[in-house]
Amino acid sequence: MHWIERVGRLDRRVIFVVIALAVVIPLVAELIFPVYPSEIVENIYDRIESLPPGSKVLLSLDYGPSTAPENQPMASVISRHALERDLRLYVMALWPTGPGQANILIEDVLHAEFPDKVEGVDWVHLGYKAGNQGLINTILLDMKGMYTTDSEGTAIDEIEMMDDIRNLQDFDLIFGVGSGFPGVKEWVQFAGDRGDIPISGGVTAVEAPLLYPYYPKQLLGLMGGLQGVAEYEATLVRQYPRFKETGETAVRLMGPQAVAHTVIILFVIIGNIAYFVERRRTKQS
Amino acid sequence: MELSTQIEVWIGAFLTLMIFSFLWKDNFFYKFAEHLFVGVSAAYWMVVGIWSTIFPNLIARLWPSLVRDVVPGAAGGEPQYIFLIPLVFGLLLLTRLLPKIHYLSRWAMALVIGYAAGTNLIRYLQSDLMSQISSTIVPIAVVSDGRLQIGETFSHLVLFLGVFCGLIYFFFSREHKGVLKPASRLGIWILMITFGASFGYTVMARISLLTGRVQYLMGDWLGLL
Repeated sequence: MHWIERVGRLDRRVIFVVIALAVVIPLVAELIFPVYPSEIVENIYDRIESLPPGSKVLLSLDYGPSTAPENQPMASVISRHALERDLRLYVMALWPTGPGQANILIEDVLHAEFPDKVEGVDWVHLGYKAGNQGLINTILLDMKGMYTTDSEGTAIDEIEMMDDIRNLQDFDLIFGVGSGFPGVKEWVQFAGDRGDIPISGGVTAVEAPLLYPYYPKQLLGLMGGLQGVAEYEATLVRQYPRFKETGETAVRLMGPQAVAHTVIILFVIIGNIAYFVERRRTKQS
Repeated sequence: MELSTQIEVWIGAFLTLMIFSFLWKDNFFYKFAEHLFVGVSAAYWMVVGIWSTIFPNLIARLWPSLVRDVVPGAAGGEPQYIFLIPLVFGLLLLTRLLPKIHYLSRWAMALVIGYAAGTNLIRYLQSDLMSQISSTIVPIAVVSDGRLQIGETFSHLVLFLGVFCGLIYFFFSREHKGVLKPASRLGIWILMITFGASFGYTVMARISLLTGRVQYLMGDWLGLL
């Protein structure tokens, strides 16, 4: 058997090991590549940058731990940027797993990096409510009817930053972090298009192609997968270098990503060559 | 190297390795982790639903004094008996568990489906049909300051041809002969490129998740990073 045919029939477990090494080695070696922002990501950054202090940003965490490596940096970078710009941050979730991710966000970013920001004044965690797109439909008209308390059980009327919130139209920007249904698509359909509210989002790479058609008319901007959030982080750190240590999670993960992609591309090329060589030999014999 | 001393990190690490063991072959450890995940997820969703929605949004409105200790912020107001309606419909859903009166659950299902179908139909029509058609209607030749903008013109041309030829490929009322043949061929090419790009994104997502797990195992658990 020709060597290229042997490569073509390689045990899949060998490929798994090679992919694992392609991820582990760059991670240990801290391989980092430069990241440059694309227009679709820059649009979100520019919008947050242009909002005056005190503006209201709604951050909806519509994902769970299974996609946290992609989604959590998105929630972190938006929170970081919003609080650095003295915007008011409202955190909520359409997924029951969202509050758990919100707690990580609060501990790792809000408390750790912004100890001066006060809960209920600068940021609030409204928690999860059932209803999927029905919830968006409802809070588009009446927010306090649905959110009677925050996630800690504090009455909504006792929270200072909820005073001038009646419904979704009172927000200056809605940012959905999603990995499926309900998620950014539902925010576009049920809040953005209906209420004429600026919607932007960050989604897993699997979901990103489904949302590109909404850009730029229905969706202000989009972070697609780890690459999207890495672009945002790089832009943020460039302007606010104090986040260099804590704010480059996705940028650091793009090294292993690039190496693993290169290995996969090589496997695809080798596999195709092996296929054509084998086909040619079969025809000849 | 500093091994984690937190029990939850060790549990997470072992469960991750159990799931990864499927890459070798299907086995008991993989099945155990999979079943554990399904069970824990179901319980988690139920508990979160009760504490975040049923207590503050239903019980606290019907019997505020009952939840004074559980949801202090939601209690204290007057009972709102209008919320008996969702309570009744919610209970009707549970009649599925009682064979003799299980048909009553259909009333609640009818309400849910009717509401969802009604709202979804309008939203999908506006966002995914009308707005998408409107977004596709763009000038093919983009001229700015009296000069043809090559990049934008090319993008708009690709958009127009992609949509037009893609639609022709799905036009089955006439055999794809004559002018329809090259258009439908281009349509299938456009579709294949789209699927390829979509698959590329899927690969990127999976590698991101793998990187996240490796980071957890090597960093949080083994302390190597």
